[in-house]
Amino acid sequence: MTKQIGIIGAGKLGVVLAQIALKAGYQVDIAGSGSPEKIALTMMVLAPGAEPMTSAEVLANNDVIILALPLSKFKQLGASSLAGKLVLDAMNYWWEVDGKRDDFNDPQIGTSELVQNYFKDSQVVKAFNHMGYHDLLDESIIFKPQCEQPKALALAGDNKQAVLQVQQIVTDFGFTPLVLKNLHEGLKLQPGINTFGANLHLQALQEAIDNYTDTTFGQQIAQLN
Amino acid sequence: MEKVLFGLDTFGDIPANDNGELLSDAQAIRQVVAEGVLADQLGVDIIALGEHHREDFAISSPEMVLAAIATQTEKIKLSTGVTVLSSDDPVRVFQRFSTLDALSNGRAQVMLGRGSFTESFPLFGFDLNDYDVLFEEKINLFSQLLTEKPVTWQGKTRAPLQNADVYPKTESGHLDTFVGVGGSPESIIRAARYGLPVMLAIIGGSPERFKPYMRLYEKATEQLGTPVHPVGMHSHGVIAATDEEARELAWRSIRVSMDRIGRDRGWAPMTRERFENEIENGSYYVGSPTTVAKKIARAIKSLGVKRFDLVYSAGNQTIAERQRTIELYANEVIPQVRSILAEDAND
Repeated sequence: MTKQIGIIGAGKLGVVLAQIALKAGYQVDIAGSGSPEKIALTMMVLAPGAEPMTSAEVLANNDVIILALPLSKFKQLGASSLAGKLVLDAMNYWWEVDGKRDDFNDPQIGTSELVQNYFKDSQVVKAFNHMGYHDLLDESIIFKPQCEQPKALALAGDNKQAVLQVQQIVTDFGFTPLVLKNLHEGLKLQPGINTFGANLHLQALQEAIDNYTDTTFGQQIAQLN
Repeated sequence: MEKVLFGLDTFGDIPANDNGELLSDAQAIRQVVAEGVLADQLGVDIIALGEHHREDFAISSPEMVLAAIATQTEKIKLSTGVTVLSSDDPVRVFQRFSTLDALSNGRAQVMLGRGSFTESFPLFGFDLNDYDVLFEEKINLFSQLLTEKPVTWQGKTRAPLQNADVYPKTESGHLDTFVGVGGSPESIIRAARYGLPVMLAIIGGSPERFKPYMRLYEKATEQLGTPVHPVGMHSHGVIAATDEEARELAWRSIRVSMDRIGRDRGWAPMTRERFENEIENGSYYVGSPTTVAKKIARAIKSLGVKRFDLVYSAGNQTIAERQRTIELYANEVIPQVRSILAEDAND
């Protein structure tokens, strides 16, 4: 059976994830913020094979969905529109796009938990969030001629089955998965933590996560746990 | 073969004196004027100044600084990188740059951008939720103003115009206009739609990854039936006598500046490994003149760009360090790049 994935968001990250997914042999459906026609040329040139459609069509066609839209926009998707689906949350708080938002910078509750609370009938796993989009493209071993030790990508989720599935996707995409205890632990991958931007091998990434209290935001998280 | 142009770009970083103390914003601005004059004397094609609204950069009104450079220079093109059109008024932008064009005898160029820094939004009373619509509407109006004929326009982001004629007109009838693009495919297509040339800001990672964007730009112009213009790129760099000296200077200038900006966005500080990788394979043009020339030539050839701008003043360098990069760039790097490109053209 062909593997299939839907991507919501056709900006820098969405395009890179589409390129990687295609190379990994996935069938890719993708939606931008506007009509499919608006991203058709971009896909034809940058990610040929990815199918541009409306977000409603992407959601209807796929059981596995990557969210790669600005964090402040996820509630534009209906809360029930993702019911029963596996949702990979690749979004991050980026104040210069999202505006100043205290709720996206809260040491008590991670942004992926906010996403899970909203899509309450979906299984949300935080993934593909801590590595910069061009590093994802440069580092994925599926684009490299020689065999190399893949770089590590951390993921966090509450549902064991969902986490296993995402581990497989991360591996297919050319990275080594590093699984955190639960979705709440995803806080340790957010902007303001020393893991944010990490482009590291497994052990070094684990060390960075263990040292999350090195930053102020990390200390705030630790005080609440 | 079309001639490749070479530029120097700065955001007006604050220089330090020999004791490491920072100069005032006013001194920083006067320093950029002196550097623009120097670049002109040394035959650099373009100087481009970027608009920012934060304490690390003194330039918030690039065209004011360019006007000062204009009256003391002969040949150099006076550009921005970028002018944040989203939080500005297109009519005023046109007027300021057509005025600069008059002062400089036709050497003005404006580079329009959405702004990767968005400090200007709250400062001027714009809502980040309107990020897309602001640029979309304003570039639409600006493209009409470029015809230098009366404009009738209506939109959501500013008052409508009814047959409005805007002055001063340029002598050439055309204000040189670029669009600065950071890596959003939509921005490339937008520039193609308005028939405007593109400048790629490549501030990290391998320049080769922008190759598909060059293809996207060509395909878009083809599909839209708009003219294909030469594409440019800009990246950070430091040049010194030796590779080692340049690396150490870049480590305490470019790296420090990037970390300062990154901290605001929640990024972890740059590791030495990442820094070295940017120099070896990425987008920092750091080293001796020969090292930097080879790297620039490689990027120009691999992407097929026709303009390369070096962002030369990152962090808190001394005036002498900044001037040395400018002098080595103009006197040694540019001629070496030209000769590498000419050799390859003859092969």
